[in-house]
Amino acid sequence: MEALATIARIAAEAGDAVVDPAAAKNTAAAASAGYAYGLAAIGPGIGIGIIFGKAIESMARQPESAGMVRTTMFLGVAFTEALALIGFVAFILLKFA
Amino acid sequence: MNAATLIAFEFPPINMLLRWQDIVPTVNKVVVISILSSLIGIGIFLAAARKDPKLAPKGARNLAEIIIDFIEKQIIMQTMGPSGLAWTPFLLTIFIFIYLNNMPGVIPFIQMPATARMGVPAFMALMVWVVYNVTGIKHQGPIGYFKSVLFPPGVPKALYILVTPIEIISTFIVRPFSLAVRLFANMLAGHLLLVIFALLSEALFQARDRILIPVGVLPFAVLLFLTGFEILVAFLQAYIFTVLTAVYINMASHAEH
Repeated sequence: MEALATIARIAAEAGDAVVDPAAAKNTAAAASAGYAYGLAAIGPGIGIGIIFGKAIESMARQPESAGMVRTTMFLGVAFTEALALIGFVAFILLKFA
Repeated sequence: MNAATLIAFEFPPINMLLRWQDIVPTVNKVVVISILSSLIGIGIFLAAARKDPKLAPKGARNLAEIIIDFIEKQIIMQTMGPSGLAWTPFLLTIFIFIYLNNMPGVIPFIQMPATARMGVPAFMALMVWVVYNVTGIKHQGPIGYFKSVLFPPGVPKALYILVTPIEIISTFIVRPFSLAVRLFANMLAGHLLLVIFALLSEALFQARDRILIPVGVLPFAVLLFLTGFEILVAFLQAYIFTVLTAVYINMASHAEH
C-alpha cells in the first residue's frame, strides 16, 4: 500500500519535477516484490498438494509402511518448498535490500 | 549483564548477512538468544547425564531419552539404516540447537527466532557441507568420491556433458544454499506473520471508531492459531534440517551403484 502511494506521488510529481531514477527503481522493486512471491508460490503449492495426496493414498493402502512414507514425504516437501522459499527471499531482497 | 544492557542491544537488520568489520564477534539480541538457548540445551543434557543410569529415568533424563530415541528411530533408522547410528551425537546436536533456536519465536516477550537471521542457518549449512564432503572423501577416497558425484554410474557416456555440470551445481552449491535458505525463510516468514497479525489486532483494539474494537478479536484469534502453528513449524524445520543432513551424509558415505 505504501509502495503504491509512493508510486502515485512520484507519478504526480513527474509532471514538472525530475524524478530521481534510483528512487523510482526502488519503488518499482518494492511494488513488484509482492508479485515475485505470489508467482513463486503457485508451482510449489501444486507440488506439495500432490506430494501429500499421494503420501496419504499410499499410507491408507499400506498402513505398515507409514513411517517410511512419512519421512520420504517430508523430504519431498522440503525440496519442493525450497522453490517457494526462494521466491520469499526474492521478496525480502526486493523489499528491504 | 542486566536488563538495561539487553534492551540496548539492537536487532540486526534482515538483510544483514555478515559485516566484514566484525572480525571480533559483536553482540546483538539474536546472538544473546542463540547463546542462551545453546546453554539451555547443554544444561538439559548435563543434568540428564548426571543422574544414576540404573534408576528409572525421570525429569531431564526422561526428556533426553525421548529426544535421543526420536533421533535414532525416526531419523537415522529411516534414512541411514543401522550403520548410521554412529552419527547420533552430531545429528542430535544439530536438532537440539535448531529447535531451541526456533522456539524463542513463540516465547512471549522474546518472540524472535535466532534462526530468522541468515547468519545462523548459513553457518550451520556450511558446517553440514564440510561434514558430508569430508565424509565422502574419507569413505570413498578423494578420487572415488568426486568420480561418484561428478560421473554417476549408469548414465550413457554422451549424457555426461549434461549430467556433470548439473551434479556439480546441485551437490556443491544448491544443497547448502537451499538448506540454509529453507530454515531462514521459514522462520522469518512465520515471524513476519506473527508481527503482522499482532500489529493488526493492536490497531483494531485501539481504533478511534468504537465499532471496530470488537472486530479486533478476529486477527487476535488468528494470532493465537498462528502461534500454535509456529510451534509445529519450529519442530518441523529442525526435523527437516536433521533428516536432510542425514540423507546427505548417507549419500556421501556410500558409493552409488
